[in-house]
Amino acid sequence: MRYSFLSILKNGLTGQSGWKPAWRDAAPKPSYDVIIVGGGGHGLATAYYLAKVHGIRNVAVIEKGTIGSGNAGRNTTIIRSNYLLPGNEPFYEWSMKLWEGLEQELNYNAMVSQRGVLNLYHSDAQRDAYARRGNAMRLAGVDSELLDREGVRAMYPFLDFDNARFPIQGGLLQRRGGTARHDAVVWGYARGADRLGVDIVQNCEVTGFLREGDAIVGVETTRGPIRAGKVGLAVAGSTSRVARQAGLRLPIESHVLQAFVSEGLKPLIDGVVTFGAGHFYISQSDKGGLVFGGDIDGYNSYAQRGNLPVIEDVCEGGMALMPRIGRLRLLRHWGGIMDMSMDGSPIIDATPVPGLYLNAGWCYGGFKATPASGWCFAHLLAKDEPHETAAAMRLDRFRTGHLIDEKGVGAQPNLH
Amino acid sequence: MRIPCPYCGARDAHEFAYLGDATVTRPDPAAPDAEDTFFDYVYLRDNPAGPHSEWWYHASGCRQWVRVARDTRTHAILGTELARKPAGDAA
Repeated sequence: MRYSFLSILKNGLTGQSGWKPAWRDAAPKPSYDVIIVGGGGHGLATAYYLAKVHGIRNVAVIEKGTIGSGNAGRNTTIIRSNYLLPGNEPFYEWSMKLWEGLEQELNYNAMVSQRGVLNLYHSDAQRDAYARRGNAMRLAGVDSELLDREGVRAMYPFLDFDNARFPIQGGLLQRRGGTARHDAVVWGYARGADRLGVDIVQNCEVTGFLREGDAIVGVETTRGPIRAGKVGLAVAGSTSRVARQAGLRLPIESHVLQAFVSEGLKPLIDGVVTFGAGHFYISQSDKGGLVFGGDIDGYNSYAQRGNLPVIEDVCEGGMALMPRIGRLRLLRHWGGIMDMSMDGSPIIDATPVPGLYLNAGWCYGGFKATPASGWCFAHLLAKDEPHETAAAMRLDRFRTGHLIDEKGVGAQPNLH
Repeated sequence: MRIPCPYCGARDAHEFAYLGDATVTRPDPAAPDAEDTFFDYVYLRDNPAGPHSEWWYHASGCRQWVRVARDTRTHAILGTELARKPAGDAA
């Protein structure tokens, strides 16, 4: 059913009895044209664009738990396209453009809110680096504004501008950036894909791959074998584990990233603000809770929970930025498992194994990429060639030296 | 998470800096297949879910490198040893 003002009115007058489930909980068929492993935002978006853009509708998304229960439900919901490098910026801007039309496209309220993303700088050198990044964004046709101290003060007068160690000198602002409702993105893509005939199969874990010669022709699962023309992996966090079953060893480490929500407050921060002298980013949800986070814990982990030193570090960043949050209480905090790649950038590419395609290595920037990741992975699966905005996100770039290292720290995943 | 340093005893993980997988070893740069072996050494990792052998540096303690066996699913420490064996202990 199509959601509209009329459908709300009609159901309001009939005791809300007319709503139907937004997607079917499908049982697996014996075979599909394409199987997407991983029912997060990226996997579901891939299935949606395969069906919508490329007309490939005999598709299954198989998920070991319930859809959206991994990193799609564990992020800080920020969307932006403020990257420096030419291998990244066109891709993230394509994602931003898809975000801007997403709700109309899916007929689903994903609460996309372009409330602005402001990165603060605290030194002359950092101002120069941000000016360079802002100019690179503009060269790629993306909006950016370099604000001075007074420009930032006009937006957020309560920040600690005269912090003795890290005074705020200004910031790089992308007004088109903002936030979106993470769960609604998953549900919206699931509903959209389902309406086009995609099977969403939950509680179905991949335990191995079906092979004919070298090629992969399907998956073994806890609900039996399923054959497929092509298999795409979108299982960030578990990529190494799943790919190992196909004999692949990848340039990826799994790390834990923690995030936090405070008790609810009246409106305080109307955009997204990041502290430039440490690693701290904060926004306020529509329910009023402050949503914030910082660095990954920094050691290999599959535990989906972190440790106290990083919590302390994140809170120190918050206190240096805006001391007024010092007496806030945390409502909850959680950890998610990040696919940390060796250069800090993702991989959307075919693998050396025929029939197997890889969407991985999102580090802790996967949420904002959801629409373009799905778009470009679907393009790769349908046409066997990379989408123009993701052409640099190759698996073999580590061997050939064509790295996309935004931060310039080399092959040390816990520093990206 | 507390890491039992072989020299200092159990200390908070805050005192340590993490390097990564301790199973990779630097290959011979003069070998004919050095290009391939260095690619493996620099970029590819087993990244296991389970016991993992890894390097931690006790920066705020004895400033020695410690090889730690740790379960990546639970963060339980399975064992530690100094990277450099004490003098006279060379076997």
